[in-house]
Amino acid sequence: MASGILVVVEHESGQPKKTAYELLTKAAALTSDLGGAVSAVVIGSDSAADLGEFGAGTVYTVSGSGFETYGTEAWAAALCAVIEQADPAVVMAPASASCRDYFPRVAARKNLGMASEVTELAAEGGSLTGKRPVYAGKALVTVAVTSTPALYTVRPNAFGAGVSVGGSADVVAVAVDAGTARSRVVEQVQSASDVADLTEADRIVSGGRSLKSEESFQSVIVPLAASIGATPGASRAAVDAGYAPHSWQVGQTGKVVNPSLYIACGISGAIQHLAGMRTSKVIVAVNKDAEAPIFQHATYGIVEDLFEVCPALQKAFQDAL
Amino acid sequence: MKVGVCLKQVPATDTRIKINAEGTGIVTDEVKWEVNPYDEFALEAALLLKEAGKASEVVILTVGGADSEQRIKDGLARGADSAVRMDDAAFEGSDALGIARVLAAGVKKAEVGLVLCGKQAIDGDSSQVPGMLAEMLDWAQVTDISNLELEGETLTTHRAAGAGNKSVIQTNLPAVLSCDKGLNTPRFASLRGIMMAKRKKIEVWGAADLGIDASQVGSGASVLVEKGMAQPPARPAGRMIEGGSVGEKVNELVRLLREEAKVL
Repeated sequence: MASGILVVVEHESGQPKKTAYELLTKAAALTSDLGGAVSAVVIGSDSAADLGEFGAGTVYTVSGSGFETYGTEAWAAALCAVIEQADPAVVMAPASASCRDYFPRVAARKNLGMASEVTELAAEGGSLTGKRPVYAGKALVTVAVTSTPALYTVRPNAFGAGVSVGGSADVVAVAVDAGTARSRVVEQVQSASDVADLTEADRIVSGGRSLKSEESFQSVIVPLAASIGATPGASRAAVDAGYAPHSWQVGQTGKVVNPSLYIACGISGAIQHLAGMRTSKVIVAVNKDAEAPIFQHATYGIVEDLFEVCPALQKAFQDAL
Repeated sequence: MKVGVCLKQVPATDTRIKINAEGTGIVTDEVKWEVNPYDEFALEAALLLKEAGKASEVVILTVGGADSEQRIKDGLARGADSAVRMDDAAFEGSDALGIARVLAAGVKKAEVGLVLCGKQAIDGDSSQVPGMLAEMLDWAQVTDISNLELEGETLTTHRAAGAGNKSVIQTNLPAVLSCDKGLNTPRFASLRGIMMAKRKKIEVWGAADLGIDASQVGSGASVLVEKGMAQPPARPAGRMIEGGSVGEKVNELVRLLREEAKVL
Protein backbone atom coordinates (compact mmCIF):
# COMPACT_ATOMS: atom_id res chain seq x y z
CA MET A 1 0.00 0.00 0.00
CA ALA A 2 1.18 3.45 -0.85
CA SER A 3 2.85 5.25 2.02
CA GLY A 4 5.35 7.97 2.83
CA ILE A 5 6.47 11.09 1.02
CA LEU A 6 8.63 11.27 -2.09
CA VAL A 7 10.51 14.59 -2.39
CA VAL A 8 11.60 15.77 -5.83
CA VAL A 9 15.12 17.16 -5.59
CA GLU A 10 16.31 19.87 -7.94
CA HIS A 11 20.02 20.24 -8.31
CA GLU A 12 22.77 22.02 -10.14
CA SER A 13 25.29 19.53 -11.51
CA GLY A 14 24.35 17.09 -8.76
CA GLN A 15 24.45 19.61 -5.91
CA PRO A 16 20.93 19.79 -4.42
CA LYS A 17 19.29 23.22 -4.30
CA LYS A 18 18.24 24.55 -0.91
CA THR A 19 14.58 23.78 -1.68
CA ALA A 20 15.49 20.07 -1.48
CA TYR A 21 16.55 20.36 2.16
CA GLU A 22 13.56 22.58 2.96
CA LEU A 23 11.16 19.96 1.57
CA LEU A 24 12.92 16.98 3.17
CA THR A 25 12.69 18.57 6.61
CA LYS A 26 9.01 19.37 6.08
CA ALA A 27 8.35 15.85 4.78
CA ALA A 28 9.96 14.33 7.90
CA ALA A 29 7.69 16.43 10.12
CA LEU A 30 4.59 15.44 8.14
CA THR A 31 5.36 11.71 8.20
CA SER A 32 5.25 11.79 12.00
CA ASP A 33 1.49 12.12 11.52
CA LEU A 34 0.99 10.51 8.11
CA GLY A 35 3.33 7.60 8.73
CA GLY A 36 5.63 6.04 6.16
CA ALA A 37 9.15 6.97 5.17
CA VAL A 38 10.70 9.95 3.42
CA SER A 39 12.37 9.26 0.11
CA ALA A 40 13.83 11.50 -2.57
CA VAL A 41 14.21 11.43 -6.33
CA VAL A 42 17.06 13.04 -8.26
CA ILE A 43 16.58 13.27 -12.03
CA GLY A 44 19.55 14.08 -14.23
CA SER A 45 22.26 13.05 -11.78
CA ASP A 46 23.31 9.83 -10.06
CA SER A 47 24.42 11.70 -6.93
CA ALA A 48 22.46 11.32 -3.70
CA ALA A 49 24.75 13.98 -2.20
CA ASP A 50 23.91 14.59 1.47
CA LEU A 51 20.16 13.99 1.12
CA GLY A 52 20.33 11.12 3.63
CA GLU A 53 21.56 13.51 6.31
CA PHE A 54 18.37 15.54 5.84
CA GLY A 55 16.05 12.58 6.33
CA ALA A 56 15.77 10.75 3.01
CA GLY A 57 15.84 7.01 3.71
CA THR A 58 16.00 6.12 0.04
CA VAL A 59 17.22 8.24 -2.84
CA TYR A 60 16.07 7.20 -6.32
CA THR A 61 18.26 8.48 -9.12
CA VAL A 62 17.49 8.62 -12.82
CA SER A 63 20.35 9.58 -15.12
CA GLY A 64 22.09 8.60 -18.32
CA SER A 65 21.11 8.99 -21.95
CA GLY A 66 18.31 11.52 -22.45
CA PHE A 67 18.73 12.98 -18.96
CA GLU A 68 21.71 15.28 -19.60
CA THR A 69 19.63 18.45 -19.80
CA TYR A 70 16.06 19.13 -18.74
CA GLY A 71 13.36 17.91 -21.09
CA THR A 72 9.64 17.85 -20.33
CA GLU A 73 8.90 14.36 -21.55
CA ALA A 74 12.06 12.70 -20.18
CA TRP A 75 11.49 14.18 -16.73
CA ALA A 76 7.81 13.19 -16.78
CA ALA A 77 8.75 9.62 -17.74
CA ALA A 78 11.34 9.50 -14.95
CA LEU A 79 8.96 10.69 -12.25
CA CYS A 80 6.22 8.29 -13.38
CA ALA A 81 8.69 5.38 -13.19
CA VAL A 82 9.92 6.37 -9.72
CA ILE A 83 6.36 6.84 -8.45
CA GLU A 84 5.61 3.28 -9.57
CA GLN A 85 8.71 1.92 -7.85
CA ALA A 86 8.51 3.95 -4.61
CA ASP A 87 4.70 3.84 -4.29
CA PRO A 88 4.46 7.03 -2.18
CA ALA A 89 1.24 8.46 -0.72
CA VAL A 90 2.46 12.01 -1.40
CA VAL A 91 4.88 13.60 -3.86
CA MET A 92 6.31 17.01 -2.90
CA ALA A 93 8.30 19.20 -5.27
CA PRO A 94 9.51 22.78 -5.45
CA ALA A 95 7.36 25.06 -7.62
CA SER A 96 10.32 25.64 -9.93
CA ALA A 97 10.43 26.45 -13.64
CA SER A 98 10.82 22.77 -14.55
CA CYS A 99 8.34 21.29 -12.06
CA ARG A 100 5.77 23.83 -13.25
CA ASP A 101 6.39 22.42 -16.72
CA TYR A 102 6.39 18.63 -16.33
CA PHE A 103 4.20 17.98 -13.25
CA PRO A 104 0.90 18.59 -15.07
CA ARG A 105 1.96 15.98 -17.63
CA VAL A 106 2.60 13.46 -14.87
CA ALA A 107 -0.74 14.33 -13.26
CA ALA A 108 -2.61 13.80 -16.53
CA ARG A 109 -0.76 10.58 -17.41
CA LYS A 110 -1.50 8.93 -14.07
CA ASN A 111 -4.79 10.75 -13.37
CA LEU A 112 -3.42 12.35 -10.19
CA GLY A 113 -4.64 15.45 -8.43
CA MET A 114 -2.13 18.25 -8.11
CA ALA A 115 -2.06 21.30 -5.86
CA SER A 116 0.27 23.98 -7.27
CA GLU A 117 2.45 26.34 -5.26
CA VAL A 118 1.21 25.57 -1.78
CA THR A 119 2.59 27.76 1.02
CA GLU A 120 1.36 25.58 3.89
CA LEU A 121 0.97 21.84 4.37
CA ALA A 122 -0.61 20.28 7.44
CA ALA A 123 -1.21 16.66 8.39
CA GLU A 124 -3.98 15.76 10.78
CA GLY A 125 -5.45 12.36 11.52
CA GLY A 126 -3.51 10.80 8.67
CA SER A 127 -4.67 13.18 5.98
CA LEU A 128 -2.89 16.07 4.37
CA THR A 129 -4.25 19.49 3.44
CA GLY A 130 -2.50 22.38 1.76
CA LYS A 131 -3.08 26.10 1.57
CA ARG A 132 -2.32 27.92 -1.62
CA PRO A 133 -2.59 31.55 -2.67
CA VAL A 134 -5.11 32.27 -5.43
CA TYR A 135 -5.84 35.57 -7.18
CA ALA A 136 -2.08 36.20 -6.77
CA GLY A 137 -2.32 35.99 -3.01
CA LYS A 138 -5.45 38.09 -2.53
CA ALA A 139 -7.06 34.93 -1.09
CA LEU A 140 -5.91 31.61 0.33
CA VAL A 141 -7.66 28.37 -0.52
CA THR A 142 -7.43 25.17 1.51
CA VAL A 143 -7.13 22.12 -0.71
CA ALA A 144 -6.91 18.37 -0.41
CA VAL A 145 -5.76 16.00 -3.11
CA THR A 146 -7.77 12.78 -3.07
CA SER A 147 -5.73 10.69 -5.52
CA THR A 148 -2.86 8.37 -4.56
CA PRO A 149 -0.28 9.63 -4.73
CA ALA A 150 -1.21 13.25 -4.14
CA LEU A 151 0.99 15.78 -5.96
CA TYR A 152 2.00 19.05 -4.31
CA THR A 153 4.37 21.73 -5.57
CA VAL A 154 5.60 24.09 -2.88
CA ARG A 155 6.53 27.75 -3.19
CA PRO A 156 10.23 28.23 -2.29
CA ASN A 157 10.95 29.61 1.21
CA ALA A 158 7.51 28.51 2.47
CA PHE A 159 8.88 26.31 5.26
CA GLY A 160 12.28 27.79 6.10
CA ALA A 161 15.70 26.21 5.85
CA GLY A 162 16.17 22.46 6.06
CA VAL A 163 17.72 20.90 9.16
CA SER A 164 20.33 18.13 9.10
CA VAL A 165 19.33 15.18 11.28
CA GLY A 166 22.16 12.81 10.40
CA GLY A 167 21.46 9.50 8.76
CA SER A 168 22.22 8.00 5.42
CA ALA A 169 20.24 6.97 2.38
CA ASP A 170 20.03 3.85 0.30
CA VAL A 171 20.64 4.87 -3.28
CA VAL A 172 18.56 3.16 -5.95
CA ALA A 173 19.34 3.85 -9.59
CA VAL A 174 16.18 3.52 -11.68
CA ALA A 175 16.56 2.75 -15.37
CA VAL A 176 14.15 4.84 -17.44
CA ASP A 177 13.83 5.10 -21.20
CA ALA A 178 13.79 8.83 -21.90
CA GLY A 179 11.92 8.16 -25.13
CA THR A 180 12.14 10.38 -28.18
CA ALA A 181 11.79 13.97 -27.11
CA ARG A 182 9.44 15.94 -29.31
CA SER A 183 10.77 19.18 -27.79
CA ARG A 184 14.52 19.73 -27.76
CA VAL A 185 16.64 22.43 -26.19
CA VAL A 186 18.81 23.79 -28.99
CA GLU A 187 20.52 26.54 -26.99
CA GLN A 188 20.86 27.69 -23.38
CA VAL A 189 21.21 31.45 -22.97
CA GLN A 190 22.83 32.29 -19.64
CA SER A 191 22.08 35.57 -17.96
CA ALA A 192 25.06 37.85 -17.36
CA SER A 193 24.25 38.14 -13.66
CA ASP A 194 24.55 35.35 -11.11
CA VAL A 195 21.85 36.54 -8.68
CA ALA A 196 19.15 34.19 -7.39
CA ASP A 197 15.90 33.89 -9.30
CA LEU A 198 13.25 36.28 -7.94
CA THR A 199 10.96 33.42 -6.93
CA GLU A 200 13.72 31.82 -4.84
CA ALA A 201 15.45 35.00 -3.62
CA ASP A 202 15.84 35.61 0.10
CA ARG A 203 16.31 39.37 -0.43
CA ILE A 204 14.84 41.61 -3.11
CA VAL A 205 15.27 45.31 -3.91
CA SER A 206 12.55 46.56 -6.27
CA GLY A 207 12.09 49.85 -8.06
CA GLY A 208 9.01 51.59 -9.41
CA ARG A 209 8.21 54.11 -12.09
CA SER A 210 9.69 56.88 -9.91
CA LEU A 211 13.13 55.64 -11.02
CA LYS A 212 12.25 57.40 -14.30
CA SER A 213 14.77 55.57 -16.51
CA GLU A 214 16.57 52.32 -17.24
CA GLU A 215 19.83 54.12 -16.36
CA SER A 216 18.66 54.89 -12.83
CA PHE A 217 17.61 51.25 -12.33
CA GLN A 218 21.19 50.33 -13.22
CA SER A 219 22.78 53.07 -11.10
CA VAL A 220 20.46 53.00 -8.06
CA ILE A 221 18.58 49.68 -7.71
CA VAL A 222 21.20 47.25 -9.01
CA PRO A 223 24.08 48.41 -6.73
CA LEU A 224 21.79 48.67 -3.70
CA ALA A 225 20.64 45.11 -4.35
CA ALA A 226 24.22 43.93 -4.86
CA SER A 227 25.28 45.44 -1.52
CA ILE A 228 23.15 42.86 0.34
CA GLY A 229 23.22 40.01 -2.19
CA ALA A 230 19.64 40.76 -3.23
CA THR A 231 17.91 40.16 -6.55
CA PRO A 232 16.66 43.30 -8.31
CA GLY A 233 12.94 43.57 -9.05
CA ALA A 234 10.51 46.06 -10.54
CA SER A 235 6.89 47.10 -10.55
CA ARG A 236 4.66 46.55 -13.57
CA ALA A 237 4.62 50.29 -14.21
CA ALA A 238 8.42 50.34 -14.41
CA VAL A 239 8.50 47.28 -16.69
CA ASP A 240 5.79 48.66 -18.98
CA ALA A 241 7.75 51.93 -19.20
CA GLY A 242 10.77 49.94 -20.39
CA TYR A 243 12.98 50.69 -17.37
CA ALA A 244 13.46 47.04 -16.43
CA PRO A 245 13.02 43.68 -18.19
CA HIS A 246 9.84 41.67 -17.69
CA SER A 247 11.80 38.94 -15.90
CA TRP A 248 12.18 41.46 -13.03
CA GLN A 249 8.47 42.14 -12.62
CA VAL A 250 6.98 41.39 -9.22
CA GLY A 251 3.19 41.13 -9.01
CA GLN A 252 0.16 39.49 -10.49
CA THR A 253 1.38 39.37 -14.09
CA GLY A 254 4.99 38.88 -13.04
CA LYS A 255 6.65 36.86 -10.32
CA VAL A 256 5.13 36.06 -6.96
CA VAL A 257 7.95 36.30 -4.43
CA ASN A 258 8.49 35.17 -0.87
CA PRO A 259 11.76 36.67 0.49
CA SER A 260 12.86 37.48 4.04
CA LEU A 261 13.49 41.09 3.07
CA TYR A 262 11.72 43.10 0.35
CA ILE A 263 12.80 46.71 -0.19
CA ALA A 264 10.35 48.69 -2.36
CA CYS A 265 11.85 51.92 -3.73
CA GLY A 266 9.49 54.41 -5.33
CA ILE A 267 6.71 51.83 -5.61
CA SER A 268 3.23 53.14 -4.83
CA GLY A 269 1.76 49.72 -4.04
CA ALA A 270 -0.91 48.90 -6.64
CA ILE A 271 -3.09 45.91 -5.67
CA GLN A 272 -1.51 43.70 -8.30
CA HIS A 273 2.00 44.51 -7.01
CA LEU A 274 1.08 43.92 -3.36
CA ALA A 275 -0.41 40.59 -4.40
CA GLY A 276 3.00 39.46 -5.61
CA MET A 277 5.06 40.34 -2.52
CA ARG A 278 2.72 40.45 0.47
CA THR A 279 4.11 37.26 2.01
CA SER A 280 7.60 38.79 2.33
CA LYS A 281 8.72 38.53 5.95
CA VAL A 282 9.91 42.13 6.21
CA ILE A 283 8.85 44.87 3.80
CA VAL A 284 10.69 48.20 3.65
CA ALA A 285 9.02 51.02 1.70
CA VAL A 286 10.79 54.16 0.52
CA ASN A 287 8.57 56.70 -1.20
CA LYS A 288 8.35 60.47 -1.08
CA ASP A 289 4.54 60.29 -1.20
CA ALA A 290 3.39 59.68 2.39
CA GLU A 291 -0.04 58.63 1.07
CA ALA A 292 1.31 55.76 -1.06
CA PRO A 293 -0.64 52.53 -0.27
CA ILE A 294 2.63 50.59 0.05
CA PHE A 295 3.14 52.15 3.52
CA GLN A 296 0.05 50.33 4.83
CA HIS A 297 1.79 47.03 4.14
CA ALA A 298 5.34 47.96 5.08
CA THR A 299 7.15 46.77 8.19
CA TYR A 300 9.29 49.91 8.03
CA GLY A 301 8.57 53.03 6.01
CA ILE A 302 10.64 56.07 5.12
CA VAL A 303 8.97 59.06 3.47
CA GLU A 304 11.85 60.53 1.49
CA ASP A 305 13.12 60.75 -2.08
CA LEU A 306 14.50 57.36 -3.13
CA PHE A 307 17.35 59.07 -4.98
CA GLU A 308 18.61 60.31 -1.60
CA VAL A 309 17.77 57.25 0.49
CA CYS A 310 19.04 54.49 -1.80
CA PRO A 311 22.69 55.62 -2.08
CA ALA A 312 22.80 56.31 1.67
CA LEU A 313 21.26 52.91 2.39
CA GLN A 314 23.72 51.21 0.06
CA LYS A 315 26.62 52.84 1.95
CA ALA A 316 25.12 51.92 5.33
CA PHE A 317 24.69 48.29 4.20
CA GLN A 318 28.27 48.18 2.95
CA ASP A 319 29.51 49.60 6.26
CA ALA A 320 27.34 47.28 8.34
CA LEU A 321 27.95 43.97 6.59
CA MET B 1 -3.71 25.00 -40.11
CA LYS B 2 -6.24 26.08 -37.57
CA VAL B 3 -4.85 27.59 -34.37
CA GLY B 4 -6.83 27.23 -31.15
CA VAL B 5 -6.56 29.85 -28.41
CA CYS B 6 -7.71 28.92 -24.92
CA LEU B 7 -9.41 31.91 -23.38
CA LYS B 8 -10.78 32.34 -19.88
CA GLN B 9 -12.38 35.24 -18.08
CA VAL B 10 -10.86 36.28 -14.77
CA PRO B 11 -11.32 39.13 -12.29
CA ALA B 12 -9.31 42.17 -13.46
CA THR B 13 -5.93 42.65 -11.80
CA ASP B 14 -7.10 45.78 -9.98
CA THR B 15 -10.16 44.03 -8.50
CA ARG B 16 -10.41 43.76 -4.74
CA ILE B 17 -11.17 40.15 -3.89
CA LYS B 18 -13.82 39.60 -1.22
CA ILE B 19 -14.51 36.17 0.25
CA ASN B 20 -18.16 35.11 0.52
CA ALA B 21 -19.83 34.56 3.88
CA GLU B 22 -19.67 30.77 3.52
CA GLY B 23 -15.91 30.89 2.96
CA THR B 24 -16.23 28.84 -0.21
CA GLY B 25 -15.30 31.34 -2.88
CA ILE B 26 -15.28 35.00 -3.83
CA VAL B 27 -18.09 37.54 -4.02
CA THR B 28 -18.57 38.06 -7.74
CA ASP B 29 -21.18 40.86 -7.69
CA GLU B 30 -18.73 43.74 -7.94
CA VAL B 31 -16.01 41.97 -9.87
CA LYS B 32 -14.89 43.54 -13.13
CA TRP B 33 -14.12 40.68 -15.53
CA GLU B 34 -11.49 40.70 -18.23
CA VAL B 35 -9.74 38.29 -20.54
CA ASN B 36 -7.00 36.50 -18.60
CA PRO B 37 -3.94 38.72 -19.39
CA TYR B 38 -1.75 35.76 -20.39
CA ASP B 39 -4.46 34.54 -22.80
CA GLU B 40 -4.17 37.91 -24.55
CA PHE B 41 -0.56 37.07 -25.43
CA ALA B 42 -1.73 33.69 -26.77
CA LEU B 43 -4.43 35.33 -28.90
CA GLU B 44 -2.02 37.93 -30.25
CA ALA B 45 0.51 35.21 -31.16
CA ALA B 46 -2.21 33.33 -33.04
CA LEU B 47 -3.32 36.46 -34.91
CA LEU B 48 0.29 37.19 -35.89
CA LEU B 49 0.66 33.64 -37.27
CA LYS B 50 -2.47 34.12 -39.35
CA GLU B 51 -1.30 37.50 -40.65
CA ALA B 52 2.02 35.90 -41.61
CA GLY B 53 0.13 33.30 -43.65
CA LYS B 54 1.13 30.49 -41.30
CA ALA B 55 -2.30 29.80 -39.88
CA SER B 56 -5.56 29.57 -41.79
CA GLU B 57 -7.94 30.33 -38.97
CA VAL B 58 -7.93 31.36 -35.31
CA VAL B 59 -10.57 29.75 -33.12
CA ILE B 60 -11.20 30.69 -29.49
CA LEU B 61 -11.76 27.76 -27.12
CA THR B 62 -13.49 28.59 -23.85
CA VAL B 63 -14.86 26.36 -21.12
CA GLY B 64 -17.41 28.49 -19.31
CA GLY B 65 -20.92 29.76 -18.89
CA ALA B 66 -22.85 32.27 -20.97
CA ASP B 67 -21.41 35.06 -18.82
CA SER B 68 -18.04 34.51 -20.50
CA GLU B 69 -19.40 35.40 -23.95
CA GLN B 70 -18.52 39.07 -23.52
CA ARG B 71 -14.83 38.13 -23.18
CA ILE B 72 -15.13 35.77 -26.17
CA LYS B 73 -16.59 38.66 -28.19
CA ASP B 74 -13.61 40.76 -27.12
CA GLY B 75 -11.35 38.09 -28.64
CA LEU B 76 -13.43 37.94 -31.82
CA ALA B 77 -13.30 41.74 -32.08
CA ARG B 78 -9.50 41.62 -31.93
CA GLY B 79 -9.49 39.31 -34.92
CA ALA B 80 -10.23 35.69 -34.03
CA ASP B 81 -12.37 34.04 -36.73
CA SER B 82 -14.68 31.90 -34.64
CA ALA B 83 -15.27 30.66 -31.13
CA VAL B 84 -16.44 27.59 -29.29
CA ARG B 85 -17.84 27.80 -25.79
CA MET B 86 -17.88 24.44 -24.04
CA ASP B 87 -20.60 24.38 -21.45
CA ASP B 88 -22.54 21.60 -19.76
CA ALA B 89 -23.93 21.04 -16.29
CA ALA B 90 -21.69 17.96 -16.20
CA PHE B 91 -18.58 20.21 -16.33
CA GLU B 92 -19.40 22.06 -13.10
CA GLY B 93 -16.89 21.66 -10.33
CA SER B 94 -14.22 20.26 -12.65
CA ASP B 95 -10.64 20.42 -11.44
CA ALA B 96 -7.78 21.14 -13.86
CA LEU B 97 -7.85 17.55 -15.16
CA GLY B 98 -11.56 17.86 -15.92
CA ILE B 99 -11.11 21.19 -17.72
CA ALA B 100 -8.20 19.75 -19.72
CA ARG B 101 -10.37 16.76 -20.73
CA VAL B 102 -13.08 19.08 -22.03
CA LEU B 103 -10.53 21.22 -23.90
CA ALA B 104 -8.84 18.15 -25.39
CA ALA B 105 -12.18 16.99 -26.78
CA GLY B 106 -12.80 20.49 -28.13
CA VAL B 107 -9.37 20.65 -29.77
CA LYS B 108 -10.06 17.36 -31.58
CA LYS B 109 -13.57 18.32 -32.66
CA ALA B 110 -12.42 21.74 -33.89
CA GLU B 111 -9.54 20.05 -35.78
CA VAL B 112 -6.96 22.43 -34.43
CA GLY B 113 -3.26 21.80 -35.18
CA LEU B 114 -1.67 24.17 -32.66
CA VAL B 115 -3.01 25.30 -29.28
CA LEU B 116 -1.89 28.53 -27.62
CA CYS B 117 -2.74 29.13 -23.94
CA GLY B 118 -1.80 31.67 -21.31
CA LYS B 119 0.87 30.35 -18.97
CA GLN B 120 -1.63 30.52 -16.13
CA ALA B 121 -5.02 31.99 -15.37
CA ILE B 122 -4.63 34.76 -12.82
CA ASP B 123 -7.53 33.51 -10.71
CA GLY B 124 -6.54 29.96 -9.75
CA ASP B 125 -2.83 30.51 -10.61
CA SER B 126 -2.32 26.76 -11.06
CA SER B 127 -0.50 26.60 -14.42
CA GLN B 128 -1.74 23.05 -14.89
CA VAL B 129 -4.14 22.97 -17.82
CA PRO B 130 -1.64 23.53 -20.71
CA GLY B 131 0.59 20.59 -19.75
CA MET B 132 -2.38 18.34 -18.97
CA LEU B 133 -3.95 19.23 -22.31
CA ALA B 134 -0.72 18.38 -24.16
CA GLU B 135 -0.49 15.03 -22.37
CA MET B 136 -4.12 14.13 -23.11
CA LEU B 137 -3.66 15.00 -26.79
CA ASP B 138 -0.29 13.20 -26.80
CA TRP B 139 1.25 16.37 -28.26
CA ALA B 140 4.50 18.20 -27.54
CA GLN B 141 4.43 21.17 -25.17
CA VAL B 142 6.50 24.21 -24.36
CA THR B 143 5.32 26.29 -21.41
CA ASP B 144 5.97 29.90 -20.41
CA ILE B 145 7.22 30.96 -23.84
CA SER B 146 8.52 34.48 -24.48
CA ASN B 147 9.32 34.09 -28.18
CA LEU B 148 7.69 32.14 -31.03
CA GLU B 149 8.64 31.43 -34.61
CA LEU B 150 7.05 28.90 -36.96
CA GLU B 151 8.90 27.64 -40.04
CA GLY B 152 7.16 24.79 -41.82
CA GLU B 153 6.34 22.27 -39.11
CA THR B 154 9.01 23.50 -36.67
CA LEU B 155 8.29 25.84 -33.77
CA THR B 156 11.18 27.72 -32.16
CA THR B 157 10.41 29.16 -28.74
CA HIS B 158 12.16 30.77 -25.79
CA ARG B 159 11.42 29.56 -22.29
CA ALA B 160 12.61 31.22 -19.08
CA ALA B 161 14.77 28.77 -17.13
CA GLY B 162 15.05 30.77 -13.89
CA ALA B 163 17.44 33.51 -12.73
CA GLY B 164 17.22 35.36 -16.05
CA ASN B 165 18.47 32.35 -18.05
CA LYS B 166 16.48 31.04 -20.98
CA SER B 167 16.32 27.95 -23.14
CA VAL B 168 15.75 28.02 -26.88
CA ILE B 169 13.45 25.07 -27.53
CA GLN B 170 12.39 23.59 -30.85
CA THR B 171 9.43 21.33 -31.31
CA ASN B 172 7.23 20.08 -34.11
CA LEU B 173 3.54 20.51 -34.72
CA PRO B 174 1.12 19.61 -33.30
CA ALA B 175 1.88 21.24 -29.96
CA VAL B 176 0.47 23.08 -26.98
CA LEU B 177 2.31 26.30 -26.11
CA SER B 178 1.68 28.41 -23.02
CA CYS B 179 2.49 32.11 -23.34
CA ASP B 180 4.27 34.47 -20.95
CA LYS B 181 4.35 38.24 -20.86
CA GLY B 182 6.99 39.60 -23.20
CA LEU B 183 5.92 37.37 -26.12
CA ASN B 184 4.22 40.28 -27.88
CA THR B 185 2.08 43.36 -27.27
CA PRO B 186 -1.61 42.47 -27.54
CA ARG B 187 -3.62 44.69 -29.85
CA PHE B 188 -6.83 46.42 -28.89
CA ALA B 189 -10.06 45.75 -30.76
CA SER B 190 -10.68 48.24 -33.55
CA LEU B 191 -14.11 49.74 -34.16
CA ARG B 192 -14.28 47.72 -37.39
CA GLY B 193 -13.28 44.61 -35.46
CA ILE B 194 -16.06 45.18 -32.97
CA MET B 195 -18.59 45.56 -35.79
CA MET B 196 -17.32 42.46 -37.56
CA ALA B 197 -17.42 40.43 -34.35
CA LYS B 198 -21.19 40.86 -34.23
CA ARG B 199 -21.48 38.59 -37.25
CA LYS B 200 -19.11 35.94 -35.93
CA LYS B 201 -20.67 32.86 -34.44
CA ILE B 202 -20.01 31.44 -30.99
CA GLU B 203 -20.79 27.74 -31.08
CA VAL B 204 -21.82 26.04 -27.84
CA TRP B 205 -20.79 22.43 -27.35
CA GLY B 206 -21.98 20.24 -24.50
CA ALA B 207 -20.71 16.90 -23.22
CA ALA B 208 -22.67 14.95 -25.85
CA ASP B 209 -21.37 17.12 -28.72
CA LEU B 210 -17.84 16.56 -27.47
CA GLY B 211 -18.29 12.83 -26.84
CA ILE B 212 -17.29 13.26 -23.22
CA ASP B 213 -18.21 10.67 -20.61
CA ALA B 214 -19.86 12.78 -17.91
CA SER B 215 -18.35 10.61 -15.17
CA GLN B 216 -14.86 11.79 -16.24
CA VAL B 217 -15.51 15.49 -15.60
CA GLY B 218 -17.19 17.73 -13.03
CA SER B 219 -17.04 17.64 -9.27
CA GLY B 220 -17.58 13.87 -9.12
CA ALA B 221 -14.37 13.21 -11.04
CA SER B 222 -12.36 15.91 -9.27
CA VAL B 223 -9.24 14.72 -7.43
CA LEU B 224 -8.37 18.21 -6.17
CA VAL B 225 -10.93 19.32 -3.61
CA GLU B 226 -11.31 22.88 -2.31
CA LYS B 227 -12.14 22.93 1.38
CA GLY B 228 -12.53 26.65 1.91
CA MET B 229 -11.27 30.09 1.06
CA ALA B 230 -10.09 32.87 3.34
CA GLN B 231 -8.41 36.24 3.27
CA PRO B 232 -4.67 36.04 3.78
CA PRO B 233 -3.65 36.91 7.35
CA ALA B 234 -3.28 40.68 7.83
CA ARG B 235 0.26 41.94 8.21
CA PRO B 236 1.10 43.36 11.62
CA ALA B 237 1.09 47.17 11.67
CA GLY B 238 4.32 48.65 10.47
CA ARG B 239 6.34 51.58 11.66
CA MET B 240 7.26 54.83 9.96
CA ILE B 241 10.81 55.95 10.57
CA GLU B 242 10.49 59.67 11.21
CA GLY B 243 12.58 62.58 12.39
CA GLY B 244 16.13 63.55 11.57
CA SER B 245 18.02 63.69 8.33
CA VAL B 246 17.93 61.13 5.54
CA GLY B 247 21.19 59.72 6.93
CA GLU B 248 19.72 59.34 10.41
CA LYS B 249 16.62 57.62 9.08
CA VAL B 250 18.73 55.26 7.03
CA ASN B 251 20.89 54.39 10.05
CA GLU B 252 17.78 53.73 12.14
CA LEU B 253 16.40 51.47 9.38
CA VAL B 254 19.60 49.44 9.25
CA ARG B 255 19.58 49.13 13.05
CA LEU B 256 15.97 47.88 13.01
CA LEU B 257 16.66 45.41 10.22
CA ARG B 258 19.57 43.98 12.21
CA GLU B 259 18.33 44.11 15.78
CA GLU B 260 14.55 43.93 15.57
CA ALA B 261 13.72 42.13 12.30
CA LYS B 262 17.01 40.21 12.26
CA VAL B 263 17.11 39.93 8.50
CA LEU B 264 20.63 41.26 7.91
